[in-house]
Amino acid sequence: MTPTLTIEALAGDPKRRRKERRVRTLFASAGMVSIAVSILIMVALIGEAWAFISQVELASLFTFGWFPRRGFYDIPTLIVATTLIAGIGMIVAVPLGLGTASYLAEYASPRARRWLKPTIELLAGVPSVVLGFWALTFISPEFVQRLFSAAPPFTMMAAGLGVGVLITPLVATVSEDAMRAVPIDLRLASYGLGANRSVTVRKVVVPAALSGIVASLILALSRAIGETMIVFMAAGAVGGALRTANPLEPGQTMTAAIAALATGSDQVAGEGLAFQSLFFVGLLLFLITLVLNSVSNRFVRKYRERY
Amino acid sequence: MANNIQTAHRATAVPMKLNEAGSIAVSGPKRVTGGTPDDSNRVILELDAVDVFYGDFHAVDSVTIPIREKEITALIGPSGCGKSSVLRSINRMNDLIDTARVEGSIRYHGVDLYGPTVDPVEVRRRIGMVFQKPNPFPKSIYENVSFGPKIAKYGGNMDDLVEESLRRAALWDEVKDKLEQSAYALSGGQQQRLCIARAIATSPDVVLMDEPASSLDPIATLRIEELMFDLKQQYTIVIVTHNMQQAARVSDRTAFFSVDVSGGQRTGHLVEFSKTTELFTNPRESQTEDYITGRFG
Repeated sequence: MTPTLTIEALAGDPKRRRKERRVRTLFASAGMVSIAVSILIMVALIGEAWAFISQVELASLFTFGWFPRRGFYDIPTLIVATTLIAGIGMIVAVPLGLGTASYLAEYASPRARRWLKPTIELLAGVPSVVLGFWALTFISPEFVQRLFSAAPPFTMMAAGLGVGVLITPLVATVSEDAMRAVPIDLRLASYGLGANRSVTVRKVVVPAALSGIVASLILALSRAIGETMIVFMAAGAVGGALRTANPLEPGQTMTAAIAALATGSDQVAGEGLAFQSLFFVGLLLFLITLVLNSVSNRFVRKYRERY
Repeated sequence: MANNIQTAHRATAVPMKLNEAGSIAVSGPKRVTGGTPDDSNRVILELDAVDVFYGDFHAVDSVTIPIREKEITALIGPSGCGKSSVLRSINRMNDLIDTARVEGSIRYHGVDLYGPTVDPVEVRRRIGMVFQKPNPFPKSIYENVSFGPKIAKYGGNMDDLVEESLRRAALWDEVKDKLEQSAYALSGGQQQRLCIARAIATSPDVVLMDEPASSLDPIATLRIEELMFDLKQQYTIVIVTHNMQQAARVSDRTAFFSVDVSGGQRTGHLVEFSKTTELFTNPRESQTEDYITGRFG
């Protein structure tokens, strides 16, 4: 009575298999495009950077400041300013962001959380050009200049604080997600052993969420280093900068230098060595981010607590 | 009626011991069974007309149970009867649920645990807890055991304390060479014994166990039951279990809870509390008999 099962019956519909293949190809090519773009960027960067390095006098890479139009390409100027501004940003964002994350994940009542979290996400969506303007017109006069009366209107301090405001929501939301992903069982175990809330957060939740928290910090640091608009507007020194590690002076970061060169705000676009120097700076920026990412990956792999 | 339970009881009460390989060897004098409890044991925990609410929901109605020192008290009953709620109210774990409210009084050594000056953190250091699912921290075996003593600023030798706790939890021999390894590398049964070691490392005198073997296989379950039998020499144990045979095997006294569905709410209440042997062989309430003979629940 029962029909015999044939091998053809199990072969499936060829139409369906063709469709499966098409979809697969579609997704694979989407992945390929982003890889191809990355490679293209790398090639362009390396090629032009090499052209710059092979023509420039090496001594001009280490002088007293970054004035590409006059042939002074002092790389340390840019690196110091970048580090300084990203550092100030992190000093603001790490305690503020992690504190917010801890509060949201562990302390806040569901009601407080319901309006706090969207507010923070809203802050994360503020365009950096708005924050840059705010850094220049509010942070600088109301904060930096009030505290340090000798400070000029454009300072790396104001830019750094602005960057800090920019990356705080990033640290807060990504860390909070990581902390909330820690199973409730672990918290119960901790409370059951007589731990209070702060011990539970510090000794159980944060270590268990460490990989996510570190990821948020690295993301924030990369964002701080790569941030352009705020530093372009608030740190001053658009046409060039003297090498200084004083945060109360104007300074130019790697990104701001690239923006200045590329937009021609110092009128060099498209010509000569000065223009090629921006590829060199870009390559440097790219390498720094790369190193940062691999260091953090290694760190996370070593210290994470897997649950 | 109670015959099948009797048989089950007798069958599992055959002294069984696990050898190192994990297979069951029938030997040794140790009986995994409650036996007859001694009425001379001091009552150290008194649950007196305890009600538990979650918001407007009345989960448990007026439970009164005296819990005696160095005995195993089992809380049994159908799902939703509030036995876990009662257990969690003993070490104030219910405080962690925003809407939870406990009424009535729970006295521990005569002190009302819900008194205004009582810190739940202190309560939980003295009344430890083992959960349904093994929940070791994602840390090393050593760090798991030392967690409680460390946060309580234990002044003695930590290595000794860790060893002692692991020995008491019958886990030392299996883990002594890998204390620095992650607790997650252990099997489920080992993880649960680690959780027991972690709970007793803070030297509580009461240990609450919320269905401690429900996620374990029968062999691991047996080991936990054996362990409980050993632990009661030192600790007072309150265990919630779904498994009636388990209650019959390990406990000295049993509280049978049921749930009242009338009036639209599912409110749990205590039906009967007596010595385990009595409750299982000669229950006073017909509801208890129906439950233990499998006619309801």
